[in-house]
Amino acid sequence: MSNPLSTPGAVVNVGADLLADAIADQATPVTRVDWRPPMTGTEADLATVAADPLRRTANERALAAMLDVTANLVDVAPASEVLGLQRGEFLHAGPPIAWERASGPLRGGLMAGAALEGLVDDPEDAAALFESGSGVSLEPCHHRSTVGPMAGVVTPSMWMFVLEDATTGRRTYCSLNEGLGKVLRYGAYGPEVLTRLRWMRDVLGPLLQQAVRATGAVDVTGILTQMLQMGDEAHNRNRAGTLMLLRDLAPALVRSAAAPDDIAEAFRFIGSNDHFFLNLAMPACKLALDAARGIEGSTMVVAMARNGTDFGIQVAGTGDEWFTGPAQLADGLFLGSYGPDDANPDIGDSAITETAGIGGFAMATAPAIVRLVGGSVPDALATTRRMHEITLGENPRWTVPVLEFQGTPSGIDVTKVCRTGILPQINTGMAGKVAGTGQVGAGLVTPPAEIFPKALARLAELTRQRQ
Amino acid sequence: MTTPTFGHVELRAGAYADSVTLLQVSRAVQGLDGVLAAQVAMATALNIEVLTEMGFEVPTEATTNDMVVALRLADEGALAAALAGVDQALRDANRRPEGSSEVAAPRTTGSALRRTAGTPGDEIVVVSVPGPSALVEAMDAVDAGRDVLVFSDNVPVEQEVALKRAAAERGVLVMGPDCGTAVVGGLGLGFANVVSPGPVGIVAASGTGCQQLLALLDHAGVGVGSALGVGGRDLSSEVRGASTREALRRLDEDPAVELVVVISKPPAADVATEIEAYAASLATPVEFALLGEGRPDLTAAAESVLRRLGRDVPAWPVTGEAGRGSGAIRGLFVGGTLKTEAQLIAAEHISGQDGGHSFVDFGDDEYTSGRAHPMIDPSLRLEHLARAAADPATGVLLLDVVLGHGAEPDPAALLAPAVAAVDQPVVIAVVGTVGDPQGRDRQVRALVDAGAEVHLSNAGATRRALELLGDNA
Repeated sequence: MSNPLSTPGAVVNVGADLLADAIADQATPVTRVDWRPPMTGTEADLATVAADPLRRTANERALAAMLDVTANLVDVAPASEVLGLQRGEFLHAGPPIAWERASGPLRGGLMAGAALEGLVDDPEDAAALFESGSGVSLEPCHHRSTVGPMAGVVTPSMWMFVLEDATTGRRTYCSLNEGLGKVLRYGAYGPEVLTRLRWMRDVLGPLLQQAVRATGAVDVTGILTQMLQMGDEAHNRNRAGTLMLLRDLAPALVRSAAAPDDIAEAFRFIGSNDHFFLNLAMPACKLALDAARGIEGSTMVVAMARNGTDFGIQVAGTGDEWFTGPAQLADGLFLGSYGPDDANPDIGDSAITETAGIGGFAMATAPAIVRLVGGSVPDALATTRRMHEITLGENPRWTVPVLEFQGTPSGIDVTKVCRTGILPQINTGMAGKVAGTGQVGAGLVTPPAEIFPKALARLAELTRQRQ
Repeated sequence: MTTPTFGHVELRAGAYADSVTLLQVSRAVQGLDGVLAAQVAMATALNIEVLTEMGFEVPTEATTNDMVVALRLADEGALAAALAGVDQALRDANRRPEGSSEVAAPRTTGSALRRTAGTPGDEIVVVSVPGPSALVEAMDAVDAGRDVLVFSDNVPVEQEVALKRAAAERGVLVMGPDCGTAVVGGLGLGFANVVSPGPVGIVAASGTGCQQLLALLDHAGVGVGSALGVGGRDLSSEVRGASTREALRRLDEDPAVELVVVISKPPAADVATEIEAYAASLATPVEFALLGEGRPDLTAAAESVLRRLGRDVPAWPVTGEAGRGSGAIRGLFVGGTLKTEAQLIAAEHISGQDGGHSFVDFGDDEYTSGRAHPMIDPSLRLEHLARAAADPATGVLLLDVVLGHGAEPDPAALLAPAVAAVDQPVVIAVVGTVGDPQGRDRQVRALVDAGAEVHLSNAGATRRALELLGDNA
């Protein structure tokens, strides 16, 4: 509590500069806020939510709940076992969507999945199956404690990483990463895609299960702590994390009962796939964020996800409701002769990393990523600093050495986004918009701005209902 | 391809750049004249596949440690320039970029407070954003447990109630909304006069009323440690004195404060009872200076404070001497409370009849929408001054000049020549202290030289204006 009769040591001035000048003239340091009007039409809702007596403590609880979670890799098992996924059930990235509105890469991923499950012999035949809808159903990964990169298609026979919060026993899941290029998650469904998926199902999955069960829990949150100090931001760069995982599992892999050629192939596959760890970073982030779900009055975002058509967010204080708007095109660089016309709008659950304060939010720790948009190292530092403007706090475990070990910006606050107009910065891969294409590039993207005022309006409505 | 083109593929063993850099290099080379397609990449299996699809033949001996430069050109003549372009792009990619790593200013009050958290000394927040956004910024201060002055007006009363309720839970003092003046531990906030520390603590629902009291006490040699504004609606039946209580509690806790003065319009009746009961429970005596019809004016309140402290009441300074006038008073004010005080005194003097006097507050919302407050921008009042002087019904011009931090740096510079051009007598209340940045005595001298009669007391100036009209009033 302040004592008004001690002279203030400093002043924060928001508004007229003249008032700041008058204070500076009295030899008192003044911090000048660069205030600008909030997003159009949000003033009344912002005031309502700011005045909500639940808000401050609800946000403190939400942030603490998220930061308290330690995610351990405890098992690898088929989705049919750990998620109870039945034949014909498909999970996908992003908010709910039906086949009719699904984008090319999501369709391509679903077609590859249908062929993998033997629902069709030729992936091309799957389009008719999904159009008819008979015996198939689509559901967001997020509705099943799961996250999936890009198309995020999960089918019953796919092997899943199982992550667990040691304190509560809560679990989250993610499929195994296929590598780059022509892969299911980028919407490709050619023979090489299916061959790889079958090998992952028949060889890699069982081998990883043996290795993880023999090794015991692997502290994924701890690996994230280390990799953030090694140039990875854990969304578009997972190189150090992948190798640390391989290091931790190597003894058990070597001792497993599998054939030496299969073990060698597993080493080669994981070691040459810089994104292998992404599929552990994502469920670790989801496990942390899920701890903040359902906290009444909290304005913290707990999920950002895209299905290639819609970008959706979920907020701690608004239950499982999705606030959606059109997914945007990433700004970045293209592979080969691909160009902007070939790219599909933003897709994937991988923005869960930004939601948890890494990925684009930790750009400062991975300056190489900023070149995706022809930026510079100062841009990377500025991006991470800018994300602190829209977040509730800092992660004491995940720190950025070049910013004097400042914690990563954590807990996106819907109200701060609406107040500043600063949108979350997401690092992402770009899928080809035509089903079957695969990856066409990588770059930076933001959510559609309008989803934040939508979420704010709902928060304000709930606040008024409580009064 | 229908036209003949020239393909070139070369391996650069041991050359390395990360894939992102190479994407950027490829893009740069693609932009060169004569280059149809360019791909510079490490020879990974994936990249070889991409290159093959593009129609390039990559030598079979390529390993992942080789860099491939693959170019498709309009003709062979473009090769040298294209390869030079590759080398340039690779060099550019490694060049240290220019640009500043300077940290951008915080965008919200909360961000500013978070950045400075942990620095010694209490921080205070001053909010003057447009009214509809004021609560949001002020609430950041409350969340951080910091006292806040809300200078903004047009804040809905229900928001004021919500803000002050949250503040009360956190032990935070909210000064305002619409709080123009505060002195906190000697630091002036908003429009505040420079005063010496002393035994008086002020709780003020009125900005210029507070400034008049500061100026009079300063002249009498009595210092003020803190003057805490609470906003004009604080003692209304909606807000119920939330900030007045917290301000009283803070001042009561300060051992240097011997007497607390509350300046306000009369509170709502039920609120008055509550606040008086609260004040009576404090160890420090509280003097209520409630302004309104039939009540003592600000100068009388200052005199009462001095007597209660056992100090002598000085003669309030008057400099210059205006001549007599004939007609009515034209009061042109920048301070709302000063205008109301003058109006009440004039009404009392003529027993409630309309003496034809008129009083305008140029700080009122109808004059400030879209323009700066007249304490900063004098042009509107100067315009009205010339107009009033040209009116034969104007008998005396009565003005105020409010000094202090934040106010116009040299008000006499424009006002003195305007006064000199007026035929009627001009009486001015200059509300300020000798320490004020404008130099009170210099301001007074300039106005007197222009022919005005200058008072420190606004009530004194008003009575003098009435007196100058004599029986004509």
